[in-house]
Amino acid sequence: MSSSLAARRPSLSRLAVYATLIAACLVYLVPLIVMLLTSFKSPDDIRTGNLLSWPEVITGIGWVKAWDAVGGYFWNSVKITVPAVLISTLVGALNGYVLSMWRFRGSQLFFGLLLFGCFLPFQTVLLPASFTLGKLGLASTTTGLVLVHIVYGLAFTTLFFRNYYTSVPQALVQAARLDGAGFFTIFGRILLPMSIPIIMVCLIWQFTQIWNDFLFGVVFASGDAQPITVALNNLVNTSTGAKEYNVDMAAAMIAGLPTLLVYVLAGKYFLRGLTAGAVKG
Amino acid sequence: MSTIAVLNKASPLDALQRWLPRLVLAPSMLIVLVGFYGYILWTFVLSFTNSSFMPSYKWVGLAQYARLMDNDRWWVASKNLLLFGGMFIGISLVVGVLLAVLLDQRIRREGFIRTVYLYPMALSMIVTGTAWKWLLNPGLGLDKMLRDWGWEGFRLDWLVDPDRVVYCLVIAAVWQASGFVMALFLAGLRGVDPSIIRAAQVDGASLPTIYLRIVLPSLRPVFFSALMILAHIAIKSFDLVAAMTAGGPGYASDLPAMFMYSFTFSRGQMGMGSASAILMLGAILAILVPYLYSELRSKRHE
Amino acid sequence: MATLELRNVNKTYGSGLPDTLKNIELKIGSGEFLILVGPSGCGKSTLMNCIAGLEQISGGAILVDDADISGMSPKDRDIAMVFQSYALYPTMNVRDNIAFGLKIRKMTPAAIDEEVARVAKLLQIEHLLGRKPGQLSGGQQQRVAMGRALARRPRIYLFDEPLSNLDAKLRVEMRTEIKLMHQRLKTTTVYVTHDQIEAMTLGDKVAVMKDGLIQQFGTPQQIYNDPANLFVASFIGSPPMNFIPLRLQRQEGRLLALLDSGQGRCELPLGIGEAGLEAREVILGIRPEQISLAAVEGNGLPSIRAQVQVTEPTGPDTLVFVTLNQTKVCCRLAPEFAPQVGESLSLQFDPARVLLFDAETGERLGRGRAPVDTVGTDNIAQFRGR
Repeated sequence: MSSSLAARRPSLSRLAVYATLIAACLVYLVPLIVMLLTSFKSPDDIRTGNLLSWPEVITGIGWVKAWDAVGGYFWNSVKITVPAVLISTLVGALNGYVLSMWRFRGSQLFFGLLLFGCFLPFQTVLLPASFTLGKLGLASTTTGLVLVHIVYGLAFTTLFFRNYYTSVPQALVQAARLDGAGFFTIFGRILLPMSIPIIMVCLIWQFTQIWNDFLFGVVFASGDAQPITVALNNLVNTSTGAKEYNVDMAAAMIAGLPTLLVYVLAGKYFLRGLTAGAVKG
Repeated sequence: MSTIAVLNKASPLDALQRWLPRLVLAPSMLIVLVGFYGYILWTFVLSFTNSSFMPSYKWVGLAQYARLMDNDRWWVASKNLLLFGGMFIGISLVVGVLLAVLLDQRIRREGFIRTVYLYPMALSMIVTGTAWKWLLNPGLGLDKMLRDWGWEGFRLDWLVDPDRVVYCLVIAAVWQASGFVMALFLAGLRGVDPSIIRAAQVDGASLPTIYLRIVLPSLRPVFFSALMILAHIAIKSFDLVAAMTAGGPGYASDLPAMFMYSFTFSRGQMGMGSASAILMLGAILAILVPYLYSELRSKRHE
Repeated sequence: MATLELRNVNKTYGSGLPDTLKNIELKIGSGEFLILVGPSGCGKSTLMNCIAGLEQISGGAILVDDADISGMSPKDRDIAMVFQSYALYPTMNVRDNIAFGLKIRKMTPAAIDEEVARVAKLLQIEHLLGRKPGQLSGGQQQRVAMGRALARRPRIYLFDEPLSNLDAKLRVEMRTEIKLMHQRLKTTTVYVTHDQIEAMTLGDKVAVMKDGLIQQFGTPQQIYNDPANLFVASFIGSPPMNFIPLRLQRQEGRLLALLDSGQGRCELPLGIGEAGLEAREVILGIRPEQISLAAVEGNGLPSIRAQVQVTEPTGPDTLVFVTLNQTKVCCRLAPEFAPQVGESLSLQFDPARVLLFDAETGERLGRGRAPVDTVGTDNIAQFRGR
């Protein structure tokens, strides 16, 4: 819908619209700006200045200390996120492929059961999952966390691919079958090459979800194996000695930059992931 | 004839191909059955036991639920959820719709502005919570900034005020999620048939009226989608509380998700924790089931 | 090229649901062109999918060259199919699309190149080999889809409404090309369409389907001149056959149909003398081209005066609508006659060409007596001329 409020001359109402929008932009940006500013100040500076005051001296000490504190856990997050994203995407793609092109009795029921997983409050599975991980010897390990993320990411990844593949005509698969292609050949040579957009959506969505996760991290991998979100929270919320807000903010930036970067670079896929989930929901 | 015999027999590879779809889906089926439904059942069972630090399977009936009902902190958490949830959903919807409507007016740099509104969704709730915790810091945060700018005597200590701390959670959550509502509604607005708008304009309606009376009501499905997802976020809110307030001061800003974690893993009250988890599930079902039911019914009418 | 036979084929999608295909019996010889025609939902596409092996039949057998292939998977049946939506692989170029099936069958690259070149030349798509389907027009995509099927050199070709997505002019062109290709290559073909003109012009044999049943199976001429029931008679022929419900009279042992135009009456004597027919509700069927202007000198054919309600000059003819027995009746007259609305015309009928149908069951009464004579052939010829 694109009927504009006014013609050539910016009218009062149009100015009001822009003013509101710009003000809202500031509201959204201020926390980020504040975080950045604070991370480059010294603790004294923070006490004497205020949120938006320019640093007396721009110092990177906050960042150095932050990296000391949470840097190791940054790599934990990488170790957890990368395999979990790749595997859950692949399994989701295969599931979506089967559910849309090779339906059989019970597959629709399975899809319905799976779909509920998108709404699952994870609190209901935390205890049993931690028992299981314990029995498997994977408690407090990054591997255990990868496993958890795969299991509970399946619902969304399958949803993405299945919805995407329903718009691929069945005739394409039928033509390939007549040409002699088998199950995996059709998947690998025909469907996957067509799936680049949804693969991007899935990868970015999963990356964001898994990197940003805290609940699974704190329940299943406290300690050495914890992801950066847990480390950040520990840093910020354990009060030993004077609070060093510059360190806190720098650590928050470290934790947030990867997903923020992905968003800036590939935002449209991120948006598609959000709306894809919403539309089905 | 031998040729008929050969052509008739399906090769063993054929049989494999027929079963491949099922085989491929099987691991996921297993995962769903065990990891989703099996675990829920397990938690459900645990909620009827007297598990504390370790799981035990001694049946105690509804005792844990009773303890839950008697627990002041649980009541605070539940009330907070309603308060937080209601405000969060309401304000997010209003802000999101407003921004979407404004953005729909053929704005220059619309893409850039959209990106700004939506970026908070890319952040972890921990990061958001940490940032807003600092912003709302009583003494060093927003209040100091405003005082420095000339507003003498301005105080903002909601973060440590038991009666007002929930508002801090709301502020941070709305900041994070309203961009998402905006994106949903913008997409919905773009799908509205422009001839309806033109007909209304010809009828003499002003633009605000057109939006309020014609366009927005036609976006009911989007509204419900957004509602569902926001409600889901609200009920699952754990990260935000952990980062901003850890449930404090005391347990004034506790939410059910935090309560469950706390009681199950910190305080060794697995039974009660499980009961609280099941109640959370109930809350989600209470919203989900009527929604799905109405969706299915409207589909059957089509 | 192979023979194809369907023996008592039926298909159902589940207990409690009505059968999608019921007792299909068809047989075509090597090199013949079979058309499956019928309205949407009649089961023709399902039948085609069953022949291809994309769906399983619930009963009966499908035989190719007298061998039962009912249990075989699609890739082993040596059948190629051209889909309505062409189903070209979007991420591959034209050459790879055509070569895909050949690669799977492990042909040598040299043999594949040869085959692709042969097919491209045949269909005149050599200049398109490097392009992707998204860069092709509808007609070009259709040729590539045909090329993909031809390259496989299968025993049987299946076409699933391949011309439906083309615009009218292109459709006519491609129809002729398909016919020419069939004449050259003498391929055994099964072709599904809902367009009865395609059915009449392309097929050696036509099977008219409705609700999962074959209503009639025969040559286009048989279908046109000797329809088995009301449905077949109404489905084939454009403009469609006129149907006038009435009750027959019996006079002096002969059966008569009484026609009343409001301006006059006439009696059509009908040959069949079955007892009891006059008690039944029947439907009289007569094709628009079988009604002509009465010759000035009486030629013995029954005639009637009727008032013109509507005229539709189509170019090659003029369609004139009158009312007989309170039913709208269409007459196809030569274009030179351009009667005015309201004018009275004298029309005549040939009782030998008139068909009778049972009003309740739709079955043709007195079947088998319709002569296949020169008049009939002319009617088909005027289709072929279009």
